[in-house]
Amino acid sequence: MNWFTRVLTSSIGRKVLMALTGLFLSLFLVVHLIGNLQLLAGDEGAAFNAYAAFMTTTPIVKVASYLLYATFLLHIVQSILLTMHNRSARPVGYRSAGSSQGVSSTSRNMGILGTIILVFLIIHLRNFWYEMHWGEITTDAAGNKDLYKVVSEAFAQWWYVALYIVSMVGVGFHLWHGFASSFQTLGLNHAKYTPFIKSLGYGFAILIPLGFALIPIIMFVQSGN
Amino acid sequence: MAEETRKYTLEIWRQKNANDKGGFKTYPIDDVSPDMSFLEMIDLLNDRLARTGEEPVTFDHDCREGICGACSMYINGHPHGPHQGVTTCQLHMRSFPNNAKIVVEPWRAQAFPVVKDLMVDRAAFDRIIQAGGYVSVNTGSARDANETPISKEIADEAFNAAACIGCGACVAACKNASAMLFVAAKVSQLAILPQGQAERKARAEKMVAQMDAEGFGACTNTGACSAECPKEIGQEHIARLNREFLGASLSSKNVGDFKLIKQ
Ligand code: HEM
Ligand code: SF4
Ligand code: FES
Repeated sequence: MNWFTRVLTSSIGRKVLMALTGLFLSLFLVVHLIGNLQLLAGDEGAAFNAYAAFMTTTPIVKVASYLLYATFLLHIVQSILLTMHNRSARPVGYRSAGSSQGVSSTSRNMGILGTIILVFLIIHLRNFWYEMHWGEITTDAAGNKDLYKVVSEAFAQWWYVALYIVSMVGVGFHLWHGFASSFQTLGLNHAKYTPFIKSLGYGFAILIPLGFALIPIIMFVQSGN
Repeated sequence: MAEETRKYTLEIWRQKNANDKGGFKTYPIDDVSPDMSFLEMIDLLNDRLARTGEEPVTFDHDCREGICGACSMYINGHPHGPHQGVTTCQLHMRSFPNNAKIVVEPWRAQAFPVVKDLMVDRAAFDRIIQAGGYVSVNTGSARDANETPISKEIADEAFNAAACIGCGACVAACKNASAMLFVAAKVSQLAILPQGQAERKARAEKMVAQMDAEGFGACTNTGACSAECPKEIGQEHIARLNREFLGASLSSKNVGDFKLIKQ
């Protein structure tokens, strides 16, 4: 095997791919949240629609979005490969398996949390991303596709808002372990910086999903349903 | 004054050989002194089994003082029992309330096949060491002590890693049966000392290649290994292993595959 493939398919190599893609996805969440906040601008979606048009037509953003799709795919494919490998490492389980001190349940359930995110991702892409790209969509006053209308109609339904809240709780728990974990995977563990990275991770895991969840809640309340 | 003794219900994994399916068997035991070690309690059981003509329970043990790493027992959901920083041989029966039910299982991992009852084959660890967990030393007369200056801080850290007794509790505790803590301890111990520099890069690469070939799982940073390690080896050593492996992989001249050590 060529050294590059050997390193990337080793257990640590796979983990490093998980960590790098996970951190890139975390960065994406920040950008995505900042964009989404324009839904609350109170301008009937003018700013948000202009932003959506910019994000789907600018060449450099398009390149970035292909990188993002690839990152998601890599993260998901690696997570499946790693989970299968890890299962096969213990063919016969314990009868009395206990939980060890200081081991968080989020760290033990990254696969389940990831699956919640994946299910959400599929629904989310179908309803907004697919509609924006290929759906029949009306235009707003400025001539941009009126994605705001699609979003506000979705967020006027309570079950849709509930789905968002549950999924964001999933993202939050995924990052509760994942954020700091990815630094450990990359070999960055230091008496001076690790406590800060951990706190930053907990803050990130709470604030980012909270931001995403507040938008549908506020829009639901505004819709008056 | 007669000592107060205790009674327990033991549920022990019995398996005749590697090919046997195996199963749990229940053994009530009484007259157990709270001052006995866990292994002495099993000795007592075995003595009684032998008298009734039943095959005694096979288990690994050697030093019985917490330094050899032989005594692999998964007790009530924890490798080496409920306490932090203790091996099974150093665990005392006073840690278990009277009349308690105690489940005893072998380490469970693809890479640690059961030999018999509670005894597993941990030769996979030996092969990982053989792959790179050593330093080359010139023969001849012994060198002076303290000839190579090493700061106290580094010496302490290397010593903390060197405390690993190769017991395999980290693998047993990990939900992925990963051997990362063991390999990390062995790589760390040598990577930070001047004596370990000659083989430093090849060591990290070869030991990880052997670890993967043995069928251990990958680390998900749950930290269960450190929590259950009788020598309390910390997670920072795993980070160092990741660093050593990545650094070596990117900078060493090993472009091909490594020769793995065969069983
Ligand atoms: C916005 C979406 C996501 C973000 C920000 C994210 C972020 C992360 C981060 C930072 C890690 C830690 C990596 C490490 O421990 O080194 C991680 C691990 C993991 N992720 Fe995700 N993830 C996302 C989506 C998903 C999805 C959709 C799945 C699965 C279908 C998934 C499955 C996993 C699994 C199984 C792990 C643990 C892997 C391991 O430790 O070996 N994630 N994720
Ligand atoms: S790291 Fe700890 S648990 Fe693992 S083999 Fe060494 S002493 Fe045992
Ligand atoms: S018998 Fe040696 S450590 Fe327990």
